[in-house]
Amino acid sequence: MNVHAAIDESAVSSPEDSRFTVPGIKCAGCIGKIERGLAEVPGVSAVRVNFTAKRVAVSHEPALNDEAIIEELRKLGFEAERAAENPLARDDAETRRLLRALAVSGFGMMNIMLLSVSIWAGADGITREMFHWLSALIGVPVVAYAGRPFFSSALMALRYGRTNMDVPISIGVLLATGLSLYETMTGGPHAYFDGAVMLLFFLLAGRVLDAMMRDRARSGIASLLGRMGRGATVRDAEGKTRWVAAESLAPGMEMLVAAGESFAADGSILEGRTSIDSSMLTGESKPLAAGSGDMVHAGMINLGAPIRVRVTATGSDTTIAEIARLMDEAGQSRSRYVRIADRAARYYTPAVHSLAFASFVGWMIAGAGIHQSLLIAAAVLIITCPCALGLAVPAAQVVAASNLMKRGLLVKDGSALERLATANCVAFDKTGTLTLGEPRPSDLDKLDGEDKAIALALAQGSRHPLSRGLAAALRAEDVVPATLADLREVPGEGMRGLFRGAEVGLLRPDSADVELAVELVRQGERRRILFSDPLRPDARETIDVLAGLGLESSVVSGDRIAAVEPVARELGISALGDLRPADKLEVLDGMARSGKRVLMVGDGLNDGPALAAAHVSIAPGSASDVSQQAADAVFIGERLMPVAVAIDVARRTMAIVRQNFAAAIIYNLLAVPLAILGYVTPLIAAIAMSTSSLIVVGNSLRLAVPGKIAGKIAGKIGRAR
Amino acid sequence: MNGLSFLIPVALFMGLCGLGAFFWAMRSGQFEDLDGAAQRILIEDDDNT
Repeated sequence: MNVHAAIDESAVSSPEDSRFTVPGIKCAGCIGKIERGLAEVPGVSAVRVNFTAKRVAVSHEPALNDEAIIEELRKLGFEAERAAENPLARDDAETRRLLRALAVSGFGMMNIMLLSVSIWAGADGITREMFHWLSALIGVPVVAYAGRPFFSSALMALRYGRTNMDVPISIGVLLATGLSLYETMTGGPHAYFDGAVMLLFFLLAGRVLDAMMRDRARSGIASLLGRMGRGATVRDAEGKTRWVAAESLAPGMEMLVAAGESFAADGSILEGRTSIDSSMLTGESKPLAAGSGDMVHAGMINLGAPIRVRVTATGSDTTIAEIARLMDEAGQSRSRYVRIADRAARYYTPAVHSLAFASFVGWMIAGAGIHQSLLIAAAVLIITCPCALGLAVPAAQVVAASNLMKRGLLVKDGSALERLATANCVAFDKTGTLTLGEPRPSDLDKLDGEDKAIALALAQGSRHPLSRGLAAALRAEDVVPATLADLREVPGEGMRGLFRGAEVGLLRPDSADVELAVELVRQGERRRILFSDPLRPDARETIDVLAGLGLESSVVSGDRIAAVEPVARELGISALGDLRPADKLEVLDGMARSGKRVLMVGDGLNDGPALAAAHVSIAPGSASDVSQQAADAVFIGERLMPVAVAIDVARRTMAIVRQNFAAAIIYNLLAVPLAILGYVTPLIAAIAMSTSSLIVVGNSLRLAVPGKIAGKIAGKIGRAR
Repeated sequence: MNGLSFLIPVALFMGLCGLGAFFWAMRSGQFEDLDGAAQRILIEDDDNT
């Protein structure tokens, strides 16, 4: 972020690396276009697109600043934002740690298995002893390394006097390793190194799946984030300007905010007249006029002219942070939700421990001796270890989440899927959720082909919501922008340029009575393009499908009831209007008290607290950053159907998870008596464990097949994207 | 027995090689952009754009 400081001081130095999030990267063509297009810009030495994370890494000379690169990307047809300093690094490190542990345990498992198979095949005497020693040599370091995630989590739980799934796992693995070591030293017949390491391998596979699902959805969401200003150009007393990062801004500073920049702090306008896009805060797409003395808030975007702003509140004091706090409190209730695997562990752990202990005591009474009894208790722990249980939930949820991702819905974690499955009614926000939330031209047919090409070329040069809407609509019609000369944005008026030497423009209408309209000016002739905020194309259909799934829909909006009523009537659902954020919370509370588990779908910052408080929530990809963070899932694109698909897939996932649990229980019913009676040799343990895991994973893979509803509409969504 | 003293170290060594290769791949960012790698094959290398 020190690019700006570098501009003044050093003209030539080593290349800088900057990263941008570009949500619009959708295909191989986009990769090629960006990499080739940016490489031609002077000063750029290397460009690399990361398609998965929707990021572009640019290596460039310090003289070329980030704004200029964003501008170049915009000329290529892509909206871009400066990426924050790797916000996901911590989660990433966690997944990498688990992956490394998985790789080590996999290596250990295969090599020990190699030795164990020959022992099972009948090797004995000195050969068996040597193989046991070799197994110990591999097994002990592998358990020490790959078992760490479980040991540390179990220790943590025990320290607070609780127990979790990791406690029986840790005890089982440590006991098995310790006993096997003893067997090896005394030349005994059975060593369980293979069982202990295999157990770790399967369990780590489950953990890795869980972590990867979380990361993938988060990076998808993070690539949609980043609208809030990360800093501002500040003018000091001597009139010198410098770039200050958002967290170092202080009240009293004077920010210079150029057109198209977003505010990094709250403040009041000192000088200049402009229009402000506050859609991030309110969800309202219509720009507001603002002049000196007016308040602006962090997250809003300055659309019109450059202005000077006196900072009044920064960081945690801004309005946006205030709402974040409200959401934090509202989210408390949700954190009390207990995931299904943990609920199962609550009953499972004590049962397993008492079973193992009982068999130890039983065999002692029967006079088997402490060594034999311990060996049997360890076998019970290994056999009952939640191998299949540890895989049952994550495997099903990962398959379901990647299935949903293909249909345009990013689920943040497994708990969201579990809660989605139990939702029994839906509350929609209106603007931006049932409707597209951005103005779209309603009468494009009046323009001919050349007009459209000129209009697109003009519109894509501006960040004004009307221009963006117009550009989006024209691109959807595959219009190719005309080549214009001298393209410029005239603050408070619109875009102007030259087409084949003739003056053209996309201007604000003169008369004040039309609110959402622009005029395309060409050869002195003015053509008015009207805008409206249309319903999502499949809103009606989605609500019907939801009703078919047994979910009743309603509208909960902050808009005037007069504006909400017609929409609700068109969709045939009930509506509440004139609700402030706190009122929405109250409505949701009331619904929860009457036994409803509400799925909240909303986009504006005013929906943030409601999204956090609802049983489960979904936000559209066009929603404010705060809402996307508060919601459990984000759907991308113009269609609403992913909401219904999510419910369907979540329900099928839970059905599969229950089947997996049932399979695990049946397996235990068969295997545990054998273990208690002392019949379980390392060979039987190995076969039992891998069979049950394979059954669970195989059953989970059935979720990759699109469901009835998803299948029916898959084609339509595919076309829309 | 002579065969074993030769084969077991070989097996272990090859396993370690695989493990090392995986660690290297992870560190050097081979898994950073899996979808992108699948898409890149479709980019045409034409010079006229």
